[in-house]
Parts: sequence; structure tokens; C-alpha cells
Amino acid sequence: MSESTKQSQGSLARIGLALAIAASVSACATGTNPRDPLEGYNRAMFKFNDTVDQVALKPVATAYKKVTPSFVQTGVGNFFGNLSDVWSAMNNLLQGKGEAGLQDVVRVSMNSTFGIFGLIDIASQAGIPKHNEDFGQTLGWYGVQSGPYVMLPLLGPSTVRDTAALPLDIAGDPWRYKDPAYVRNIGTVTRVVDKRAALLDATNLMEAAALDRYEFIRDGFLQARESKVFDGDTDRRDRKVPKNDSSDYEPEYEPKPQPANDAPAATAAAAVAPADLVTSGSNTVASEARPQE
Amino acid sequence: MKLMKQLLAMATIAFATAAQAAPAVEAPDVLVKRISQDVIDTAKSDKAIQAGDIKRVTELVESKILPYVDFQRMTALAAGRHWRDATPDQQKQLAAEFRTLLIYTYSGALSQIKNETVEFKPLRADPSDTEVEVRSQVNVARGEPVPLNYRVAKTPSGWKIYDINVLGAWLVETYKSSFASEISKGGIDGLIKTLSAKNKALASRPAAKAK
Repeated sequence: MSESTKQSQGSLARIGLALAIAASVSACATGTNPRDPLEGYNRAMFKFNDTVDQVALKPVATAYKKVTPSFVQTGVGNFFGNLSDVWSAMNNLLQGKGEAGLQDVVRVSMNSTFGIFGLIDIASQAGIPKHNEDFGQTLGWYGVQSGPYVMLPLLGPSTVRDTAALPLDIAGDPWRYKDPAYVRNIGTVTRVVDKRAALLDATNLMEAAALDRYEFIRDGFLQARESKVFDGDTDRRDRKVPKNDSSDYEPEYEPKPQPANDAPAATAAAAVAPADLVTSGSNTVASEARPQE
Repeated sequence: MKLMKQLLAMATIAFATAAQAAPAVEAPDVLVKRISQDVIDTAKSDKAIQAGDIKRVTELVESKILPYVDFQRMTALAAGRHWRDATPDQQKQLAAEFRTLLIYTYSGALSQIKNETVEFKPLRADPSDTEVEVRSQVNVARGEPVPLNYRVAKTPSGWKIYDINVLGAWLVETYKSSFASEISKGGIDGLIKTLSAKNKALASRPAAKAK
């Protein structure tokens, strides 16, 4: 790696670190949420990231999306997606997921050759599913807890476990070894912009949907991440990880041996049934005659 | 007015009960699949919806989706232990505001359906279960398929959806913290006010454009 890149990466890291320290010193509020003990720091970092996004990244991504022909955007996405399949294959194999790992290997081979250096995603068209594994997920798969929520400078939401895994994820990214440096940097910027453009609709939707964007992102991210680690396999997750949704710290007002979601519903029924009919469309019948659980 | 309301309610009950009389209750996965297919087909074929006409999308949502969603339960779950502290009137208002919020925000997503297909996974549940999870995935043009799951509960008027999961995040769970912190700041009324203000802001915003 060339000196100038090392220096710029180093200074970026230093800036990030300085900001992080400044933020955490200035916002030392103890979080009330046990899942987010670093809430003060996280909110401050979120604000910083959000500002950078609103001011720089989002406008560029919006312009990119508008101006660039869609086949170019697809090509860019496919190219970097192909590179990420390499590390994903590695992690699938590390997790003992032989079939998934081999699928990723096949994806890389097919797309790199027939798909012309990855620009065309032939493998998906051939029906080979894409996986998205990284080392943080590998750790999680084996039972390493995610730890508190951490908002990384510029990189966005993460967890302590995934942050620890980050150096390996960076090392496992084939693009990192691309020379010369200016090509690599242009590629990295393009990748970031393309990724942001792909997320524009989702983030616009989220801005509308969220009451508090920080919390919305945090809670959505933590759930999605956990689901990703276990590939939606709730049985394995329940074995490896203690139930970590809000039922942990929010005492249910009707303790039952059933899953947490039942209790509020039962009491809601009790509260609503004798009350006036709720005329929210077809809920009238349901709320009136809901059986007591 | 009250009499009118009661008559209307009774008529609704009668109508709904009559509608229930003949066929057996539709199984949850069959129900969700049917609604899902119906909504997607309509969204794809309707030019106005494809162009982002928010009114048309809202009509679609209200006619084809809302009858099968239990907002009361959804709101109760999102409010958590604060729900029973709310008066019936507050509960009603809260459920209505939450419902409006969800319609506004997620209707926008519907107008962006292009060529996606939905695959349903086999239902894993006992026949005697009254709460099941219906799992599906949306095959998108770029990237991995997006997991889309529903929690469905059996009510006297058939199965109703009370939670939805996109990419691993449950809707109710994601709103829980926001609700809790709003309530801790200004009580249930504060939450209702915040939702109501947000809904007004969303109503006046220009219609979301499809890409």
C-alpha cells in the first residue's frame, strides 16, 4: 500500500478518533436503554454521520442515481458485489455452511469469467443465490454476543462485536489490494456512492416512518443484524443468544409463560372490550368480541 | 350521532358475521399469500400507482390490506406496558394515529413495486395455533432476496396481521423504543400529539415519486 494512502487513511482514522472522544466526553448521558449503554456517544456520532450524509453523500448519490444510466449502476453494483462474494464465501465456509460457501465460490467463478470481471451477475440469473456474510456474522454464528450498539464514524451503525471484526473484513476485501492507489480510491468512492444510491428509497421511506430516526435506525439495525447473523434461523438464535428484544427490560404487566407478545394483547382486549366500539374500519368486530386469553 | 354510530356498528357486525357464515376461515398463509398477490398485481398493473399517485395507493391499501390488519393489537404491542395506563379514548386515538402513519409511509413503498416476485415459505405451525408466523421473501432485481414475514393472529373475524418483518426487523419492535421515549417525555397524550403532527406533515408533503 502506498504511503499517501496510508497517511490519508491514518489521518481519517485520527479525525474519527478525535471526534469520537470529543463526542463521548461531551455527551456522557447514561443511556436508559440497556441495549444502548453508549447512547450519548452514539447519538452524537449519528448526528455527525447524518450531517456528512445530508451535506455530501446523499446529494452525490441522488445525482448519481438520476444521471447514471441504470445499466452502469447495475454494473457497478455487480462488480463490487462480486468482490464481496469472495469474503462471503470464506465466511460461509468458516461457519461450516458448505453449500452456501460453494455457491459463493461458484458465483465468483461464473461472474468473473462469463460475467466479464463481475460486471454482469450471470450467477443470479442462473439461480445461484447470493449470500452476504462477513466476519462479524461468523463470530455471531458461533455464539459471540453482539455487544452494545456502536455508531461508527462515517461507517454507520455497528455493534462492538462487528467493530472488532472490522479489521478482518477490511483485510478480506479484494479491492483493498488493487494498485495503483488512485484507481483503488476512485473505486472505493464509486462503491460508496453506488451503495448509498441503492439505499436512497429505503432511507427516504425511513425518514417518513420514523418518529426518532436515531432510535428507528438503531432498533431496526440491531434486529436486522441479528437476523442476518443467524440467516433467519430463530431456533439457533434462541439457543445462542438470550432474548434481546425490549421484553428483557420492560416488565410485562401480565407475566405469562407464553411469549412476551401475548400479554399486552390480552390486556388490550380486556381494556377495549367493555369500552365503546372502536370504529377503525373492520376492527370493530374483532375488538368487540376478542376472546380472553 | 351516537345512535347513528351504534346502528352503523351493528350493521357492520351483521354484515361481517353474514360474510363469515358460509366458508370456513381461510388459513393464515393462504390469506397472506392471496392479499400479497392481489396487492402486487394491482400495483404493477395500475398506471397511476406506478406513477406515484399517493391517493390511489392509499385506496389500494385501504381496500385490500387494511381489512386484514389488526391495528389495535399492533398499537397495543408497540405501546407495551403503557397501553393499559391509557384511557380507552387515548387508545382509540393512538391506534388511529399509528394507523395513519403506517399508511402514509408504507404506501410510498408500494408505488415502487416493479418486477419483484414474492415466494412464500411453507408454514410451520400446529393446526391449533392461534398465532403464526407466515414467512416469505421478495426477490428483488439487485442483491439478495428480502425476507418479509408476518405475524398473524386468529380473531373471531378471521386471521389478522399484527406485525410485519422486513429484513429481520419487526415493525412493532422497532417502534417500541420510540413510543416508550415519547411517552416518557410527554405521556400518552404527548405521543398522540407527536404522531398527529407527523401525520399532518406527511399529508402536506408532495407525493413520493416512483423511481
